[in-house]
Amino acid sequence: MKRIRVGLGCAVALLVGVASAHAQGTVKIGLINVLSGQFADAGIQIDNGVKTYMKQHGDTVAGKKIELIRRDVGGPAPDVAKRFAQELVVRDGVDMLAGFLLTPNALAAADVSAQAKKFMVVMNAATSIIITKSPYMIRTSVTLPQVMETFGTWATKNGLKKCYTMVTDYGPGHDSEAAFQRAFKEAGGEIVGAVRFPVANPDFSAFVQRAKDVNPECIFIFIPGGAQPAALGKAFAERGVDFTKTKVLGSGETTAEQALKAMGDAGLGLLSAWHYDYKSNVPLNVEFVKVFNEMHGRNPDFFSIGGYDGMHAIYEALKKTNGNTDGDALIAAAKGLKWESPRGPMSIDPDTRDVVQTIYIRRVEKVGGELVNVPFDKIENVKDPSRARGG
Amino acid sequence: MPSATLSEPQRHLEAQIRWQPLEIAFWLATLLPFVLTPNHLVLASQIAITALFALSLDLILGYAGIISLGHAAYFGFGSYTAGLIAKWGWGEPLTGLLIAAAAAGALGYVTSFIIARFRHLALIMITLGLGLLLAEAANSAGWLTGGADGLQGVRMWKLLGLFQFDLYGTTAYTYSLVVLFLGFLLARRLINSPFGLALRGIRENAVRMPAIGAASAAHIRKVYTIAAVMAGIAGALLAQTTETVSLDTLSFQRSADVLVILILGGAGRLYGGIVGAIIYMVARDQFSHINPQYWYFWIGTLLIAVVLFLPNGILGGMARLVRLERRAA
Amino acid sequence: MIDSAFGVLFDGFAYGMLLFVLSVGLSVTLGMMNFINLAHCSFAMLGGFVTVSLTNGLGWPFLASLPGAFASAALVSVAFERGLYRRLYGASELDQCLLTIGIVFVSVAVAAYVYGTIQQPLSLPAYLRGSVSILGHSFGVYRLFLIGVSIVITAALVAALELTRFGAQVRAAVDNQRMARGLGIDVDRVFAVTFALGSGLAGLGGALAIEIVGLDHAFAFTYLISVLIVVAVGGLGSIGGSFLAASVLGISDMAGKYYFPELGAFLIYFVMVALLMWRPLGLFGKR
Repeated sequence: MKRIRVGLGCAVALLVGVASAHAQGTVKIGLINVLSGQFADAGIQIDNGVKTYMKQHGDTVAGKKIELIRRDVGGPAPDVAKRFAQELVVRDGVDMLAGFLLTPNALAAADVSAQAKKFMVVMNAATSIIITKSPYMIRTSVTLPQVMETFGTWATKNGLKKCYTMVTDYGPGHDSEAAFQRAFKEAGGEIVGAVRFPVANPDFSAFVQRAKDVNPECIFIFIPGGAQPAALGKAFAERGVDFTKTKVLGSGETTAEQALKAMGDAGLGLLSAWHYDYKSNVPLNVEFVKVFNEMHGRNPDFFSIGGYDGMHAIYEALKKTNGNTDGDALIAAAKGLKWESPRGPMSIDPDTRDVVQTIYIRRVEKVGGELVNVPFDKIENVKDPSRARGG
Repeated sequence: MPSATLSEPQRHLEAQIRWQPLEIAFWLATLLPFVLTPNHLVLASQIAITALFALSLDLILGYAGIISLGHAAYFGFGSYTAGLIAKWGWGEPLTGLLIAAAAAGALGYVTSFIIARFRHLALIMITLGLGLLLAEAANSAGWLTGGADGLQGVRMWKLLGLFQFDLYGTTAYTYSLVVLFLGFLLARRLINSPFGLALRGIRENAVRMPAIGAASAAHIRKVYTIAAVMAGIAGALLAQTTETVSLDTLSFQRSADVLVILILGGAGRLYGGIVGAIIYMVARDQFSHINPQYWYFWIGTLLIAVVLFLPNGILGGMARLVRLERRAA
Repeated sequence: MIDSAFGVLFDGFAYGMLLFVLSVGLSVTLGMMNFINLAHCSFAMLGGFVTVSLTNGLGWPFLASLPGAFASAALVSVAFERGLYRRLYGASELDQCLLTIGIVFVSVAVAAYVYGTIQQPLSLPAYLRGSVSILGHSFGVYRLFLIGVSIVITAALVAALELTRFGAQVRAAVDNQRMARGLGIDVDRVFAVTFALGSGLAGLGGALAIEIVGLDHAFAFTYLISVLIVVAVGGLGSIGGSFLAASVLGISDMAGKYYFPELGAFLIYFVMVALLMWRPLGLFGKR
């Protein structure tokens, strides 16, 4: 039993953090991300985007050095995310919080940002209400209503009047379903049926069969990345759903690089609406992809661009405040920021502090032997519609 | 050789229930974080909560021999109850805690009827299945639970009307520690009573127990309900101290984690859950700072090492070392 | 409607067959030695990654990589059995769980380190893709292939069990280990071979699974629950039980999603709990 005491003593000793002297010329950023577990790949891509930006623009801004303190939440765990946020503020003395792959983690940390008056940059989490949880928060990724309502309106403008929706039964799925259906119906379309997949569903044939029974002219889908897009694509092919006859509308995750590779030719003709594709040949993007490839040996994706533009927003805000890291100063500087990103033109809405950007409509085609998203239409300066409605 | 008298078991129990000096030292040491590591109190409070949760699992696993892969069901149920009460306007912590405890206890009582009827792999899989069903239900009932985004709008009032839950976690740790201690006292009392002895008998040989007059099924139901109440309290503490609740409080991941923690510390040794919780959570915290991506590698290696060199958990291994030393002395 | 019901039945059965190949090894070894090997799906994952490396990295044809998946998983399992598992045959169930969970953790981290965290792509040969039309119904070619392979494996296993001497020894060891030892059967060797075979089948299952459910570094975790469900419901030590349980689970999962999509994953857990309450030893379990 004596050893228990010794053991406990050691454990307590381990907990003693070295009081970090806050060097005068440093800006500390707490990067709360997910780097292990099933969401690891997305989190790693965000981090890669952050690193790429810092490689291209150096690690000094307004005369101060940027120091990143990384934390891995491991998955959707708001209690852990909140604790990390608290510790980063209280113990490590960070000047701002950034990262946030997953919505529950962002929501929990928002509390800390509001209480401690710390600037917060959401680099991925796409649920609409997140931005309302702290007056010191901006977002540099995308919101689902932003994309899906735009898509719904676009669909009716382009001749699709009846749609069947299929989404995964979780937060982002519900958001997308609600957003798309609302915009589609408002523009005069009709939703002929809706179904929800269980989370982590490996096999879609039953659901695709149901959709086929209804035989709609258009099917809207929303599923998370990972194994599911390929499985869904194959299910469509197996059940004989022809993408030229039935328009299938997906999100950027459904048509991401790995998803298209795994789907193979089954993905040809898939339509999607999204804010970023790595194949874009805008010069800024070509350069971004090149540096990214050199550093990380793979292509960037929309997670990476969220991280990349998040760092850009931080750097620009710091330049404007001349290195002042006070929360009020930074958020005032960040509001209304406009810039050209590898994804296209984007800005931070001065009223809602949310991201405003161009949404591209793309079709999956075979170009040079590989499957890529070819944009053929775009809607510019799209804001998240929920705030305008008073949401 | 003392002759076996009727008071023999009584004397044994009385010896067990006396406080060892090292136990007192241990509980005094839990006050150290206030002084030594005031910036880590939030972590300390979450360790205390996990320790309480592991203790509740020890009651059924270490003492009654029920391996459960779904114990997080009660943790999460307590968590959501406490969160919802606060969300709906009643943010008083202590009454919220009691209501959550009662709710988790009710759930535990109802399921205990199923649990008491099965053993071995069937029991393990049924506990797993029930846990997964509850998690699915919580996901579907997004209108109530907030679904994958988690419960929003949980705001706690001041504890005892005086202490606000703050950024530094002082109130959180005090609150969690006191509740842990009370729970521990209850468990200690329970284990070192005739009821506790009966449980151990059931664990060793469930078939024989009715032959000596111990009502197996009733005992199992009773201890399972108590364990559910304790787990629910731990969950409620988490909801109240972090002002968040999400689906991961009900998840298989959480059930598996607490099982690993308990086995790591040593099941059936009262302090096993607490020791396991401290070591696991401190290790995870440290690893996630040093090498976030490869946490799984190091914790896996630690688990394998503990099994190979410290069977029956860390406390079990230590007990064996102490026995060996005593024999050598 | 009958056409679509038939399609659902077929797809569900194919998914069930995949679960069968993944689980049968665990069922037999659990039934024989009562050793809880939660790392069973790590061997499956190994087989999957070996196939990915052979086909993408070395350009082997998919079918040729399958024996590689089987063999690699079998060989690695022998190493584990000799080196680690053997020491814990007498240990408590909890310790076995802890050890094998530790192995799962390590395998997931190693997979992430070596292969990264992305979904592993797999290019199937053209003759295994798409669908064929038989008697007016459309069947996925790969699913037909999967069902075919599983039936061949089942037949081979049952034949080996019933018709060979080794099979008789296996059956004896499952029924009553002490008695079998007493009769002079080298139970340790029987177990070692059976364990290798079971893990090899898991590896094969992992390779076959890529096309249906995908493969990433967390595979060992993700499918552990499904495999445990099949083993518990089918009954320990029973090939027939695993086959039936996997089929029932695969079909009810698919049928549930088709007819009651709002229930989602509910149905499969509900079916499992109900089946176990009705038959706690599994459909064909003996103990």
